[in-house]
Amino acid sequence: MSHAPGAAAVAALVAGLTLGMAGVVGAGAGSLWPTAADLAALRFTVLQAALSAVISCALAVPVARALARRRFLGRGVLITLMGAPFLLPVIVAVLGLLAVFGRSSIVSDGLALAGLPPLSIYGLHGVVLAHVFLNLPLVTRMLLMGWQAIPAERFRLAQSLGMPPAAQFRHLEWPMLRAVLPGAAVVVFTICLASFAVALTLGGGPGATTVELAIYQALRFDYDPARAAALAVIQFGLGAVAVALGWAVLGRAGFGSGLGRRIGVGAPKGWRRGADALAVMLAAAFLLVPLGAVVWRGVGGLGDLPAGLWAALVRSVAVALLSTGVTMGAALVLALAVARGARGAGLFDTVATLPLAVSGLVLGTGLFLTVQPFVRPEAVALPVTVMVNALLSLPYAYRLLLPEARALHADYDRLARSLALTGVARLRWVALPRLARPLGFGAGVAAALSMGDLGVITLFAGESGATLPLYVHRLMGAYRMDAAAGAALVLVAASFALFALFDGMGRRAATR
Amino acid sequence: MKTSILALGFATVATGFACAAAAETPVLTVLTYDSFVAEWGPGPAVEKAFEADCACDLRFVAAGDGAALLARVQMEGAASDADVVLGLDTSLTAAARATGLFAPHGQTWANTLPVPFEDADFVPYDWGWFAMVYDKTKVTDVPTSFEALAASDLKIVIQDPRSSTPGLGLLLWVKAAYGDRAKDIWAGLADNIVTVTPGWSEAYGLFTEGEADMVLSYTTSPAYHLIAESDDTKAAAVFDEGHYMQVEVAGKLAATDQPALADRFLAFIGSDAFQSTIATTNWMYPAVTPAGGLPEGFDRFRPAKSLLMSADEAAAARDGALAEWQAALAQ
Repeated sequence: MSHAPGAAAVAALVAGLTLGMAGVVGAGAGSLWPTAADLAALRFTVLQAALSAVISCALAVPVARALARRRFLGRGVLITLMGAPFLLPVIVAVLGLLAVFGRSSIVSDGLALAGLPPLSIYGLHGVVLAHVFLNLPLVTRMLLMGWQAIPAERFRLAQSLGMPPAAQFRHLEWPMLRAVLPGAAVVVFTICLASFAVALTLGGGPGATTVELAIYQALRFDYDPARAAALAVIQFGLGAVAVALGWAVLGRAGFGSGLGRRIGVGAPKGWRRGADALAVMLAAAFLLVPLGAVVWRGVGGLGDLPAGLWAALVRSVAVALLSTGVTMGAALVLALAVARGARGAGLFDTVATLPLAVSGLVLGTGLFLTVQPFVRPEAVALPVTVMVNALLSLPYAYRLLLPEARALHADYDRLARSLALTGVARLRWVALPRLARPLGFGAGVAAALSMGDLGVITLFAGESGATLPLYVHRLMGAYRMDAAAGAALVLVAASFALFALFDGMGRRAATR
Repeated sequence: MKTSILALGFATVATGFACAAAAETPVLTVLTYDSFVAEWGPGPAVEKAFEADCACDLRFVAAGDGAALLARVQMEGAASDADVVLGLDTSLTAAARATGLFAPHGQTWANTLPVPFEDADFVPYDWGWFAMVYDKTKVTDVPTSFEALAASDLKIVIQDPRSSTPGLGLLLWVKAAYGDRAKDIWAGLADNIVTVTPGWSEAYGLFTEGEADMVLSYTTSPAYHLIAESDDTKAAAVFDEGHYMQVEVAGKLAATDQPALADRFLAFIGSDAFQSTIATTNWMYPAVTPAGGLPEGFDRFRPAKSLLMSADEAAAARDGALAEWQAALAQ
C-alpha cells in the first residue's frame, strides 16, 4: 500500500463536486418515497438500460474479436468511423436511425411494395435499438483494446502448443473479457439510465418514461428541487448498484508481461474467416448507414447556415479542448493510483465512476445555485461548461485507462523499480508510451462528448454564449430544420475531427 | 498550442467580468427564452429599436424555454439581475405569480387578442392558436375535431406535457373543449399517436421527416413555410370545438433595480416598433395588430372559436389532466 496524494486530491474534488452539487439541489430535503408513476418509470429505466447494456456487450464481442484478428483494407478507417455514432447529438442520431428504420424510410417503402405495413421503431425495442446504435461502438473499442492488450507471445505459445481456437478463447480471450466486459456493461447501463430524449422520443409515449425525465420535470417544469434531488438519489442508487455488481464479477486478467509487441492475435482460417467478415460487415452497415443518412441530410442544409454558427463552433471547440485536458489529467492520476493499489484505491475507483450516476441536469442546477449569488451565471457559462463536461466524461476516460493501467503495473512495476524510475521519469518512459492508445481514445471520446453536450450550457448561456449544440437546437426551434441538419453535420464533423485527431495520435504513438 | 487554448479560456472569463465592469449606461436585463435571442429571432430587432431612444443598454439573457424561464426566476429569487421576464405563457403565470417575485405592470395599452385578456402582472406580447399541422399533398381527408381525428387512422406526433409548453397546451385544449370527456378523447387518440417527444423541435423534426401525418404546432406554422420557404404545402386543421390559445407574456420583477426602464420596456412591448417584428421572427400573432397589418398566410387558418383558461383555471386543471393523459396513453 502506498500513498497517492495527487489521486486523493483529484478524488476529493470529483466527489465534492458531484455529491456537493446534488446536496445543494436537494437542500430542501424532500421525501424519498417514490410515487406509483415513479416506480413505473424506475422499472422502465432499469429494463431498457439493462437490455441495452447486455445487447451492446453481446454484439460487441464478435465484432471486436473479428477486428482484433483480421487485417483488411479500410480497417483503420472503419475502427475510427465506428466511434462516430457515440458523438451524435441525440436528436440527430434519432433522425439518422429513423431514415433507416422509420415509417417513411427506405426499408418501410420496400415493405410497402411487398404489401407489408411500415416498420414501427417506437417502443421498448426502438429505445434499445437506439441505445445499441450509440453504445455498441464504445464497447467494441473497449474490447478491441482488451484484445490488443493480450501479449502477442501468449497467442504464439498457444499456437505452438497446438491449441484449437476454442481452447485459445478459454485460456486467453475469456479471462480478458471477464476483466473488461463488466466495466463496459456498467458504463453502458449508466449511460442509458440517464437517457431521456431517446427514451421518450422512441419509446412512443408516457409508458417509456425514465427517471431522468422525472428529474427534468421536477426541475424545469415544477421547480421542485427537493423532489429532483430525491429522484437523483434513486438514479444514483441504481448506478451504484450497477457499479457494485460490476466489481463483484470483475476478473483480473494477469497475463504477465510480453514484449509490448502488438502484432498477431491468432487468425484462424476456414469458416471462421467468413463469420468474422459477416460480423464486421453487419456492424458496419448498422452503424454507418444511419450515419450516412445524417451526412446526406446535412449536406443539403450547408447552403443556408447563418453566420453566427462559426463563432459557436469556435466556442465549442475551445470548451472541448479545455475539458478534455482536465478529464485526461484526472483520469490518468486516478487510474495509475488504482492500478498500483494505492491506499484508498477502492474509493478512488468508485469516485471516478460517480459522475456517471449523477444527472447532468442536477449537476448543472447545483452549480447554478452555487455560483449565482456571487457572479452573473452567463459570465461563467463557458468555464462552468468546461468543468461539468470534464466531470461527465471522466468515467469513460477512466474506464478506458484502468484495464491497461493494471496490465502496465503488473508487467512493468518491477522493471521500473529496478531502474529506480519514479515520478515524471516513470510517467514519461513507462506509463505514457504504453497507455498512449487508451489515452488517445479516451481524449477523443472526452472531446467529442464535450462538443456534443447540451445540458449545462442551456442553464447558463447568455445572449451570445451559445455553443454549437445549442445553436442546432435553436435552429430547430425556429422551424429551420434544413439549416439545423447542416449545422448538425458541422457539429458531427468537428466532433469527429477532434475524436479522430486524438485517437489517431494515440494509435500512432502506440505502434511506435 | 496549449498556451493559446488556455489564453482563450481565460479571455472568455475576462470578457464576462469586463462587460460587468463597463456598465455605465443603465442596463435593462431581460430574461427570455432561447429562440427569442437567436440572430433570426425578434431579439436583435427589438434591442435595436428600444435602444434607439432609451439611452440604455438592453441585454437579453436566454434560458431554455418558457418553463425553464420560470425555474430560472425561482432559482435566482430576489437576487436576480433580471428586470423583466419575457416568454412565460398562461399555463405558467399562476405559478409565476405565486412566487411573489413579480410586480404589477401598470400598463394601459390595449391588446387585440381574440378573447378578453387582462392581467395585472403580465402583459401579452404575442399569441397563437395550437393546431394540428399537416402536409396538404399527403393528407386529404382532414379531420374537423379531435373526435374525428381519433376515429381516423392518421398518425400524429405530440409533445410531452411534462417537459414542454405546447404539450401542456394540448392537455388544456382537450380539457377546455371536452371537460369530463377528455379522458375518452385521449383513449381514442392513443392509437393515432406515433410518439411523444420532449419538446416542440423534436416533434416538428419527426413530422418534416415524414414520421407522422400531423404534428401539434400552431395555426401560423404554415405561414412560416409559405413566407420563408415559398412552400405552400403545409396547412393547419381547423377544429369545430375551437382552438386553445397560447398567450406569451412579459412581467416586471419586483426586485428590479431599474423600475422606470422596466416600465418603459413593458410600454414598448405594446408599441408598433415591437409588435411589427413579432410575426415573421417569432411566427406568432402580435398582441397588437401592427399598423401595417399581418403578413401573408396569417389569415388562412382562423378558428371560429378560441379557447383559453384563466391562469388559475389552467393551474387547477393541470395535475388532473396530466394524470388522465398518462393513464390513457401508458396502457
